[in-house]
Amino acid sequence: MFVISVIAFAIQDGLGDPLQEMVGMSVSMEEREALREELGLNDPMVVQYLRFAGKAIQGDLGNSYFYGKPTLTVIAEHLPATLELVIGASLIIMLLSVPIGVYAAIRPQAWLAKFFMGVSTVGISIPVFLTAIVLIQIYSIGITVEWFPADTGWGQWLNGALSTEGGMPSYGRGDDLTHLFGTWYSGFFTELGLMHLVLPCVSLASIMLPLFIRLIRAEMMEVLQSDYIRYARAKGLSSARINFLHALKNTMLPVITVGGVQVGVMVAYTILTETVFQWPGVGLMFLEAITRSDIPLIVAYLMVVGLIFVITNTLVDLVYGLVNPTVKLTGKKA
Amino acid sequence: MKKLLAAFIGTMALATAPVALSAEATKELKMAYDADPVTLDIHEQLSGGILQLSHMSFDPLVRWTQELDFEPRLAESWTRVDDKTMRFKLREGVKFHSGNELTAKDVKFTYDRLKESQDFKAIFKPFSGINIIDDYTFELVTSEPFPLLLNTATYIFPLDSEFYSGETEDGKMKGAILKHGNSFASDNLSGTGPYRVTSRQQGVRMEFERFANYWDEESPGNVKKIVLTPIKENNTRVSALLSGGVDFIAPVPPTDLDRIKRDKNSDLVTMSGTRIIMFHMNQDRVEAFKNPKVRQAVAYAINQEGIAAKIMKGFATPAAQLSPAGYQGYNESLKPRYDVKKAQELMKEAGYEDGFTITMMAPNNRYVNDDKIAQAAAAMLARINIKVDLKTLPKAQYWPEFDNRSGDMMLIGWHADTEDSANFYEFLTFCTEAGSGAGQYNAGNYCNPEIDALVAKANVETDIEKRTAMLQEVEQRLYDDAAFVPLHWQDLAWASKKNVKIEPILNVMNFPYLGDLIVE
Repeated sequence: MFVISVIAFAIQDGLGDPLQEMVGMSVSMEEREALREELGLNDPMVVQYLRFAGKAIQGDLGNSYFYGKPTLTVIAEHLPATLELVIGASLIIMLLSVPIGVYAAIRPQAWLAKFFMGVSTVGISIPVFLTAIVLIQIYSIGITVEWFPADTGWGQWLNGALSTEGGMPSYGRGDDLTHLFGTWYSGFFTELGLMHLVLPCVSLASIMLPLFIRLIRAEMMEVLQSDYIRYARAKGLSSARINFLHALKNTMLPVITVGGVQVGVMVAYTILTETVFQWPGVGLMFLEAITRSDIPLIVAYLMVVGLIFVITNTLVDLVYGLVNPTVKLTGKKA
Repeated sequence: MKKLLAAFIGTMALATAPVALSAEATKELKMAYDADPVTLDIHEQLSGGILQLSHMSFDPLVRWTQELDFEPRLAESWTRVDDKTMRFKLREGVKFHSGNELTAKDVKFTYDRLKESQDFKAIFKPFSGINIIDDYTFELVTSEPFPLLLNTATYIFPLDSEFYSGETEDGKMKGAILKHGNSFASDNLSGTGPYRVTSRQQGVRMEFERFANYWDEESPGNVKKIVLTPIKENNTRVSALLSGGVDFIAPVPPTDLDRIKRDKNSDLVTMSGTRIIMFHMNQDRVEAFKNPKVRQAVAYAINQEGIAAKIMKGFATPAAQLSPAGYQGYNESLKPRYDVKKAQELMKEAGYEDGFTITMMAPNNRYVNDDKIAQAAAAMLARINIKVDLKTLPKAQYWPEFDNRSGDMMLIGWHADTEDSANFYEFLTFCTEAGSGAGQYNAGNYCNPEIDALVAKANVETDIEKRTAMLQEVEQRLYDDAAFVPLHWQDLAWASKKNVKIEPILNVMNFPYLGDLIVE
């Protein structure tokens, strides 16, 4: 955390002058100088850092220039939106990747499995903002296809089948949020809130889903080759029991490790998704803070995200122990 | 009988009362701008977003019409007492959102606060005081004769003095203007305007509701509730309109103009704007730019019409001067002078036939297509053998460079806060003078004291005709001298659903008068 704060502080010089966003164009140099002095921007970097660090130890990461509120409050207001997005996307990934991955491993030759693998290869290389824009065009705005002759029956049918109505919300979280606690307003409990979640979650999931499908498939195929599975087969266990109880359990071990790391990465990817969908989460907030050179907010964001990484990695280690009892967390003698 | 009559009158009053309070205000408007107001304190920052908010929740003394005339708002009438004094009559019976009534003391409170505001004090510098005559009459006094008094009065949006006076529970002054950190005024507001702010989550959404006791009962506006969502990403903003998620968006990016025109459910309104985009040629850094012939050659080499047509896709009006049409300084005879042959000849005459190398700097996220404009200009200059070393930067990094004047040619866009030509000259072409703020953005270090003197003279000339002639002469002389390279005035664009009639409420200043908006 200390390293993050130092690095975050060191890059601020490259970000430009926060004053430009705070004053109008016609404000004189003297006024600007006075304000700069007031904010302590004229002090040497070390002095600024020590002042920041002194307060940070007491849990005060400073005030955002733009919001005029403590940075942690600002982040707390934006974090729930991002977490819901990540939770939604994770749900989609889990519900889809496991069955598809397992299926592709069990029947590698089936055309459906090949189709899934083909799509996932393409999917992994499409950038998330492109997916998002395409999704918005198809499901929010709607497209009208007129490629086929409308005077023939089949042409009309094809045109109709390929055209979409649109109507899905394309930005924000909607008006109908449920208050859970503190700053957490949730979109999971109302139809409108869920509708707003669909497109952003799908596009966020689209970058991770192919990765997980391929990972699960590869691990599963390896496990299926292992001796204990062969013994199980020889023993005459039903293939459903072998595949889903014995094989899947061992497949999930590396998947959980990767997944834990990927959740952190996903928080980073939300920056793109949130920008396209105007999702009022920390990613969008961070991007705007950069364009405004809102340095305290940038530093605080980086530290909070660092903390999230640390927490998820710790959680992954704990979960690992539950799934695989041979891993001993306490380090007692074997 | 008496009781019955009283009851009868009572019901009559009840039945008629809502009619008087614009009974038609029932519609809801969802709109998306690229940003939401940074604060509710309209004196904290002078920016487009804040002025838009000012026109929603406050009313100015006078405001601009679409034709750039003045329209009385809270000031019912005004008369000139002498060269330096203007007497205003305030509208009676105007209520603030808090229920307090507007009087001259609110205007004085606002005036004093403007004089203290870091962003506004420059505009109000010519004023020396305000005299309250009675509750509804006051005089604005300037230290010199001041022709732009009414222009400046468009910035006086009276605040509720009672509401903003005193201390908050934790002992802070309610009226304090705080640039950083939260003040009472940056979270609370009470104005006379058509819309009250009912909820606000900064950067996420803002809700407004029509003020039931709004004074202007002739306003045709019928929108009861406004939801403002900031959508920064251009594509998302346009998608939100096309998908029906919002009813009104601004600004519309030039790349999407056709897409909206084609959409049968949407209307597009464009206007030639008043923000000039231009290049400075720094004479202190480049010896050659001291020679007027070289400057003229550069001016002849740049194809303004080409840039407006190709890069801006017609979304700009090519410029040959600073003042846009409608301003007093606008000189009709000045036309873009693109002529490469002439430019090459001028370079030859000046002895720079073989050209030279310069550096050029431009922002890449401040104005529409700013980096592409700079690239095009660099390519055009290559034809008269000026090799350009171009560097484009994000705005947060660009402005410090601009303040240091660290490029030989630098791009800037300028909008005159006073909607008057003189403001352009004062900031962009005046001889730089530290301390007074003159020529603060003159990154060319161009200096012609004769022109400055002429502008200064125009600034105390209250006869409009004489003043117009002076300012047009200034524009002509700057043109002849090629003091800078004007490019274009950036157009403005708004789009809405067909049933939202935005055209009558829009203006070149880009303050939509949403109070008068009609939704069918």
